[in-house]
Amino acid sequence: MIRALGLLLVLALPAGAQEMIVAGMSQNRVSITADFDGSEILIYGAVKRETPAPDDRGPLEVIVTVEGPSTPVTVRRKARVAGIWVNNVSVTVDSAPSFYAVATTGPLNHILSDTDNLRYGITIERVIRAVGITEEADRAGEFLLGLLRVRTNEGRYRVLQGKVELTEETLFRTDVILPANLTEGEYKVRLFLLRDKRVIASQERVIGVRKEGLERFIFNLAQDQPLLYGLISLVLAAVAGWGASAAFRLVRT
Amino acid sequence: MQLYLPIAEVSVNAFLIMGLGGIVGFLSGMFGVGGGFLITPLLFFIGVPPAVAVATGANQVVASSISGVLAQLRRKGVDFQMGTVLLAGGILGSAVGVWVFRLMTRLGQVDLFVQLSYVLFLGLIGALMLQESLRSLLRARQPGAPVRRAHVHSWVHGLPFKMKFRASGLYISVIPPVLVGAAVGFLAAIMGVGGGFILVPAMIYLLGMPTKVVIGTSLFQIIFVTAFTTVMHAVTSQTVDMLLALLLILGGVVGAQIGTRVGVRLKAEQLRILLSLLVLAVAIRIAMDLLITPSELYSVAPGVMP
Repeated sequence: MIRALGLLLVLALPAGAQEMIVAGMSQNRVSITADFDGSEILIYGAVKRETPAPDDRGPLEVIVTVEGPSTPVTVRRKARVAGIWVNNVSVTVDSAPSFYAVATTGPLNHILSDTDNLRYGITIERVIRAVGITEEADRAGEFLLGLLRVRTNEGRYRVLQGKVELTEETLFRTDVILPANLTEGEYKVRLFLLRDKRVIASQERVIGVRKEGLERFIFNLAQDQPLLYGLISLVLAAVAGWGASAAFRLVRT
Repeated sequence: MQLYLPIAEVSVNAFLIMGLGGIVGFLSGMFGVGGGFLITPLLFFIGVPPAVAVATGANQVVASSISGVLAQLRRKGVDFQMGTVLLAGGILGSAVGVWVFRLMTRLGQVDLFVQLSYVLFLGLIGALMLQESLRSLLRARQPGAPVRRAHVHSWVHGLPFKMKFRASGLYISVIPPVLVGAAVGFLAAIMGVGGGFILVPAMIYLLGMPTKVVIGTSLFQIIFVTAFTTVMHAVTSQTVDMLLALLLILGGVVGAQIGTRVGVRLKAEQLRILLSLLVLAVAIRIAMDLLITPSELYSVAPGVMP
């Protein structure tokens, strides 16, 4: 029995488990300060082997994904009603990442099988969770395509095929640009090694994105003391309005 | 110079924002409108989320209105009595407006409702003002044409609760100003604006106030309406971006001072024609959005629908 379990375990492990990832990142935290204008993260690594690379199998491929914090989103579709365009039907997607980038060594459909994509949730379509939207609207799939299109145009979702450089089937590196309209939170970085369209090793890292300094202070004040915050905003407005008026009178006289 | 906005969570060019604030402040000082109906669409356009744009726009209007009122005060252009009466009506109206807004939000059609109110009210008021001011301009050009009397007695003067408004030189019932204030407060709550573009023509044509005091009095009432809106947004949805507001304000207060001085040099009719053209332009722009087939039918909003 125990031997059978052991055998099962060995079989369950991805074939070629002797190849492992040793990975690093140029930074594991990003500070959003007042002058924040996007950030470039270098993700690099090497393939560690106990034995020589197998030559009876397909070439080694690498996929790197970076995933921002997920939130529920409402997707609305406009339709012409009585001559004007209005938001007609909407669906609620349970969870969609605020940012998602997939970088690969080659075309995704050549290096990744559908089953492993489903199992590991690698492409953006597999990361978005939208259970039950078919009940909310007809042709619900079009809402998901709409969501992907809108966020791709905003630079939030990116597919960077062929942007992972792999040298001698051992060293790899890629740059992922985090845009300026970044949301705070934990950004999950996942690295996958593939052969014959199957994942043979994977690893996970985290990049912490946080507001710092003035940004942090204003954000916390707005959240923790909303009334005080509102009143301070008014005082600021009043002082600036009066100040400008007084300054102009000085200039004129 | 790029700046990351802590609440809006976007990075913007600080000088661009100050420029926008300056243009809106200029118009605000010149015409006595708060500029909310301009600043909010402009902020959408540069990528600020709508909720933040509405709330922060209100905060900027407070500053430019204060700056404008102080400039008007020196030329005795504020009728405090009238302003207070209007404000009393305004608070009633805005309470009703907030209730209707919540109802529309529940029905999920608040965007359409806001857009339609913009097109309807801006279009109507713009067209009426343009027609009237063009007519009076033509009349002024014709020598020998009958001079229009400043005060035409109508049914309005037969109403009870009469009150003397010294700065405006009026002796009328408080009922019309309270009603005008209430209507403006109602629209302000729904459209997220101060309501100056409605208040200014209403004071001129409905209440018969002299143009000299209209702008200052309108700005006086707008200060309180937008201050109330700002605090409400800060408390209920935390969507006031202080940094964005500060940039807009820096541009806006300077613009308002210049605008007030330019406005004094222009003739009342010219001022009204320009304001009506501006109002019409915004109405047409929003109407186009409703009529032209959008390039992207889908829109994404964070969170779950209420």
